[in-house]
Amino acid sequence: MHGDELTRSRVDAAAHAETPLLKLQAVGKRFPGVVALRDVSFEIARGAGHVLLGENGAGKSTLINMLGGALQPDDGAIWFDGAPYRPASPLEAFKAGIRVVHQELNLLSNLSVAENLLFEQLPSRHGMVNFREMNRRAAELLAEVGLDVAPTTEVSRLGVAQMQLVEIAKALCHESKLLVLDEPTATLTVREVDRLFEILHRLKAKGVTTLYISHRLEEIYAVGDHVTVLRDGQHVTTRSLSGLGIPDIVELMVGRTIADQGEFSADIPVGGEALGVTGLKLTGDSPEMSFSVGKGEIVGIAGLVGSGRTEVVRALFGADPKAAGRIRIVGQEVDIASPRDAVAHGLCLATEDRKGQGLLLEMSCAENTTITDLAKISWRGLLQRKTEHAASRRLVKELRVKTPSIHQAVRTFSGGNQQKIVIAKWLFRGPKVLIFDEPTRGIDVGAKAEIYELLRKLATDGKGILVVSSDLPELMAICHRILVFSKGRIAGEVPRAEFDQHRILSFAFQEYGRVRDR
Amino acid sequence: MSEIAEQARKQKSSALWENLLRISMREAGVTVALVLIVLFFCATAPYFATSGNFLKIFVQIAINTVLAAGMTFVILTGGIDLSVGSVLALCTVVGATITTDERLSAGTSITLAFLACLGTGALCGAINGWVCEKWKLPSFIVTLGMLNIASGLARVVSNNSTISGLPQPFVEFGNLIFWGIFPSIFVIALAVVLIGWFILRFTVFGRFIFAIGTNEEAVRLSGHNPRAIKIAAFTISGLTAGIAAMVYLLRLNVGSPIAGIGYELNAIAAVIIGGTSLSGGKGSIIGTLVGACILQVLSTGLQLLGAEDNVKPIVIGTVIVLAVILDTYRNKFLRAMESRKGVQ
Repeated sequence: MHGDELTRSRVDAAAHAETPLLKLQAVGKRFPGVVALRDVSFEIARGAGHVLLGENGAGKSTLINMLGGALQPDDGAIWFDGAPYRPASPLEAFKAGIRVVHQELNLLSNLSVAENLLFEQLPSRHGMVNFREMNRRAAELLAEVGLDVAPTTEVSRLGVAQMQLVEIAKALCHESKLLVLDEPTATLTVREVDRLFEILHRLKAKGVTTLYISHRLEEIYAVGDHVTVLRDGQHVTTRSLSGLGIPDIVELMVGRTIADQGEFSADIPVGGEALGVTGLKLTGDSPEMSFSVGKGEIVGIAGLVGSGRTEVVRALFGADPKAAGRIRIVGQEVDIASPRDAVAHGLCLATEDRKGQGLLLEMSCAENTTITDLAKISWRGLLQRKTEHAASRRLVKELRVKTPSIHQAVRTFSGGNQQKIVIAKWLFRGPKVLIFDEPTRGIDVGAKAEIYELLRKLATDGKGILVVSSDLPELMAICHRILVFSKGRIAGEVPRAEFDQHRILSFAFQEYGRVRDR
Repeated sequence: MSEIAEQARKQKSSALWENLLRISMREAGVTVALVLIVLFFCATAPYFATSGNFLKIFVQIAINTVLAAGMTFVILTGGIDLSVGSVLALCTVVGATITTDERLSAGTSITLAFLACLGTGALCGAINGWVCEKWKLPSFIVTLGMLNIASGLARVVSNNSTISGLPQPFVEFGNLIFWGIFPSIFVIALAVVLIGWFILRFTVFGRFIFAIGTNEEAVRLSGHNPRAIKIAAFTISGLTAGIAAMVYLLRLNVGSPIAGIGYELNAIAAVIIGGTSLSGGKGSIIGTLVGACILQVLSTGLQLLGAEDNVKPIVIGTVIVLAVILDTYRNKFLRAMESRKGVQ
């Protein structure tokens, strides 16, 4: 090799090292009715341990899904490794060198570890899988991540931590340049977490860049050197982690505001107990929890995604089994083993998954509004369509559902109108306590305000209302009181007079910190 | 004022028109297809357009129509019932054994046989449904098991032989023809379809059948017990297999353990051609009747055209697949119509 060629290639290498591995420029993403990301720009340096932080709904998942090729940005551009990056599918992302390890692992559980590791490029001879070669290469990869299992082990027999390591080994196998880890430690024990960090350090030494997402703030110092904070779909800052304390980070994450709702709920008088829960346990060894909701009271449940909010309300409603717990509705102790029992006692749940669990999408608006109480629109088992249509029209008018006709299939409705149909079907039943799980997710601002107004009206009518939401400012605007869940227990309870984002968030993070200390 | 009233009237009439269109679209397509096929054979096949031929078609259609009517309930909930053919066989031998019992008078034996046929069928169906729901198993597997079990039981009950010598009044009723063209067994089949249509269209139970096929979890979380409804749907399918067994006895006057082989597939074909979605939630029993007619008309027409026996299944198979392909286009059209309306 000639001298000047050598110099040139050195210069190229130096320039190469200076260009960031990943660069986002004014990236935006909209979903019907919501802006998930707006004008986000930041860079990730080569070999960095980059941490991505933000509250629920700040846009982290959208960003990760874009990098992983599951979503495409509406605006802006992404550069990866010096070239424009716009993967149309996860496969393209993976070929470009970005590997995303999602929180829900994507392994083929009935295949062996080796088959999973080398699935995209099974070593073969004449179209037949070369098992010896496959297992040999898999063993190498497993050794690299320090996972001591035979390559022939079926994945379904591994623990969660081991599966996570298999996913990481998979990233190594394809020499990924960027490894994206979405809350990898959420389900790991302290020892497993230490092991994971050790491996991440080893990878870093080998030059692999990582983008790390976690709710456990204290652990990000162990894996990251830089941090990017998102808030409400917008970029807040990207900076070095050194000199940045946990309180500073929380400060950066909060501060989102919502249009002033005034004294939204404070003026609604709270009567006697509508819902009382004592000693509720989801499983035999989960913590006990007790709380109550008064008549006319709107109680919020805040907490991080995965903190057990949805699980608790589903168990209350009888949708999932519970291990123990007594439930009172308007002072009367009730036995709830199924949604049927719950509804019979006047307790109802508007689930977070409207389309999958709340609505009969292909059926009409009228049929959806009356499904909760067909006895009301029938006589000796025969449907009285006139009664049904009148009832449905009344609710559609009352809730201001925008539809040309009550015979329209609810599939064609917007998110806001679909949510109104879910509320309508419960109003048709006439419950005493209503639980809403993420009532405004994916709904545009105008419809959100209408939903809030409905909640207020229900409370004024003396119903007990429990609202689960990832949108903290929303809860602070509409609730009398907020229960903060952290890792399956109630970490704190904040009355309206003491509402404060910092306080609520520190409750939400509370249990996650403790686990590390143990 | 009058302008507003005029507008409202127009809107109302257009909504009515679109509703009618939506309701009838489901059956209109297949009905038109049936009419075209009948016209085609009337023009080309000798003897097709004779009352004797139509009588023959009505006779042949009865069993499949009854089975398919019950099958519609199960498929609407998103399940499938593969056992109806052999449950029919079991019911025919049970029925025939009772009617040929010489210790009983003709009247008593026929009544008892009727009840036993329906009871046996309903019991088999109920077991299908209960096992599916109790252990959350796919109905495909459970009813496949029942297919074999009922077939085996039929051999045991009949001692592996056909049972003949049914009482005279019974045989006479089976040969009855109304208005020169409608055989008694076809009238029974029509009655079953009519009752099924009424149940699906006008009862709370019928509403649940559609709702469960659309989104079972949503029905459960609305405070209902979908399992009971699904078990009932299977029971209805078993019950119609029992009724179909009575029709079989009326038509062929023998109970046979090898009756009904492959009937389940004809019934499923009739339901699917009739526009009911295999994934549940959409369809109609009138469509099923039309579907059963199409299958039989094709079979008879091809025979009269002199087609070889080997060609018939090829044509019928093609028609089944074609019907489902056309169904996807129809659904697209209906969706487009609705979405256009939803935007307004």
